Amino acid sequence: MTLFIQQLFDGLALGGVYCLAAIGLTLVFGVLRIPNLAHGTLYMLGAYVTYFFLVTVGVPYVAAIGLAAVVLAVIGVLLERLVFHPLRNAPHTHHMIAAVGAMFFFQAVAQALWGADFRRMESPISGNVTILGAQVSWQRIVIVVTAVLVLGLLTWFIKRSIHGQTIEAIEQDRTGSSLVGISPSRVSMLTFGLAAALATVAAGLVAPINLLSPTMGDALSLKVFAIIILGGLGSLPGAIVGGFTLALAEVMTSTYVSAAAGEGIAFVVIVIVLAIRPTGLFAKAVQR
Amino acid sequence: MTTNVSPQRLGTLLVALALLLAPLALTGQDYVLRVLTVGATYAIAVYGMNMILGLTGQLSLAHGGFFGIGVYLVGLLTTDYDWAFWPALLVAVVGTTVVGYVAGVVALRTREEYFAIFTMAMGFIIFLVISRWESVTHAHSGVSGVKYPESLGLLDFSDPMLMYYLVLLFLLGAGYVTYAVRRSGVGRTLIAIRTSEDLARSVGVNVGLNKQLAFAASSTFAGLGGGLFAAVQGFVGPSAASVDLTFEMLMFILVGGMGTVMGPVVGTFLVLFLFEFFQDFEAYRFIVVGPIIVALVIFAPRGIVGYLNAFAGHRRSRGPAGGNETGNRSENRVPDTTTEAKETL
Repeated sequence: MTLFIQQLFDGLALGGVYCLAAIGLTLVFGVLRIPNLAHGTLYMLGAYVTYFFLVTVGVPYVAAIGLAAVVLAVIGVLLERLVFHPLRNAPHTHHMIAAVGAMFFFQAVAQALWGADFRRMESPISGNVTILGAQVSWQRIVIVVTAVLVLGLLTWFIKRSIHGQTIEAIEQDRTGSSLVGISPSRVSMLTFGLAAALATVAAGLVAPINLLSPTMGDALSLKVFAIIILGGLGSLPGAIVGGFTLALAEVMTSTYVSAAAGEGIAFVVIVIVLAIRPTGLFAKAVQR
Repeated sequence: MTTNVSPQRLGTLLVALALLLAPLALTGQDYVLRVLTVGATYAIAVYGMNMILGLTGQLSLAHGGFFGIGVYLVGLLTTDYDWAFWPALLVAVVGTTVVGYVAGVVALRTREEYFAIFTMAMGFIIFLVISRWESVTHAHSGVSGVKYPESLGLLDFSDPMLMYYLVLLFLLGAGYVTYAVRRSGVGRTLIAIRTSEDLARSVGVNVGLNKQLAFAASSTFAGLGGGLFAAVQGFVGPSAASVDLTFEMLMFILVGGMGTVMGPVVGTFLVLFLFEFFQDFEAYRFIVVGPIIVALVIFAPRGIVGYLNAFAGHRRSRGPAGGNETGNRSENRVPDTTTEAKETL
């Protein structure tokens, strides 16, 4: 039972990370109708930039994540401007190929700047707390709390603020939004910046638990795709439900079946879900 | 016919001659010859990608995985099970075709980005199985001592030059199949699906079946290329099935030109040459290569061969020989009459 509770908290913490990363991806898909294959590398860069601010510059942990989120938001906007904006009228395969190019580039840059070896980032938050007999590290609790906080803020931003509402408007009807004066270009930039910042928060939170490496984004990239497919491409609640579901499934499978099965479960989920429902579980009507 | 030398035929001939004569110019440089041979095996697999992505317009990201299945079938059968090379190659080709067909039944229920994500997940599962299934695939220690093809009569394939010509022969076959498909009704059907799936369906094309066949054919080429790759390398590891390999092949075809007959060959050899050139930089080469991919897809989505074809077609359509068109040539001219965004893929 203790083991189960232990794994439950691990799963929740992982789920928080997945949610933050997946929401960015699903927002980008909702607005631009492209699956950004480079999302995982933004996450990876986010982790390294956080590492840079925390270890090399020496600012406090929270500030390091914040600064890294700002840096990544700028990179996200640049990515949209330089790569995806010129391709907005191209066939959908071109976006994906361009995203792959961006992905290779970011990985090579990270490797050139920080090396290919694994790096460890020490968190200032240490120690454990005993909940129902299970030892849960404070870092994991911080992850869950931050994730919930950020998700709440994001929901408020999208539903209540004028800039956030433009995102939803573009998702619903691109032409109609342009007619009432919403610039698709600006919303695309906003979305990309937001997505990159969210991925950075996720990466900054999880970095003290995992190790950093230039390829750390690869597996995550596929997992967040599994999540947003599970939740339906472009759906925010879907990404949250999918994130926690997949994380719990993964943690439980690696504990009770095997580590390799845990690693592969995300892909098995994608294959099974798409085999049964080719447009995902909660897919919204896709505008064409 | 000797008087009617179109630029395309001339170009094809030049590439073919260069490939044929390369070993003679490279006597004593076994390393370069080996790189060329490996490149040719990749090019065969890239022809498969050309079939599904270039002609049919479906981005399959499981291609590296299928290549890996071919590699490991030949690799494992000729070592652990002590088969001869030729039957192992046959099993690899038939095996990947069957796997491709079955996978296609499920994968092709999805469309567009779902298809890409689905196939990427498939590719990753194949990679995970190969890199983790210790008892069968030896996981990260890989497979060493893969057999050379057994000699046929006087031809002894342990000679690197003969091995090169053997792979080249298969490459020629792959190129010819692509050429034949492009000229046939099947090719036009696939291009119709690429242009608009809904439109193709509405004019009576059996979209599902044709996509299915294109997908199976693409995995056949991947398996053939993979099987030969295993023999050429002699040692294979899980990286021969990785998702990165799919992305590299994607770059080859993009540089060469999607949907063209010569694109896969030109693209593969050109990019591999660049890779070798930047070899000292190892992983850092992607700092240069990554932006090149992005720039290509933005500014030159038709690839080298695509542009050369359009250029040649444009000149010819105005030249005196304009009335004497082959099916192949008139297809090359289609791009000029449709909008840029539609024809590039």
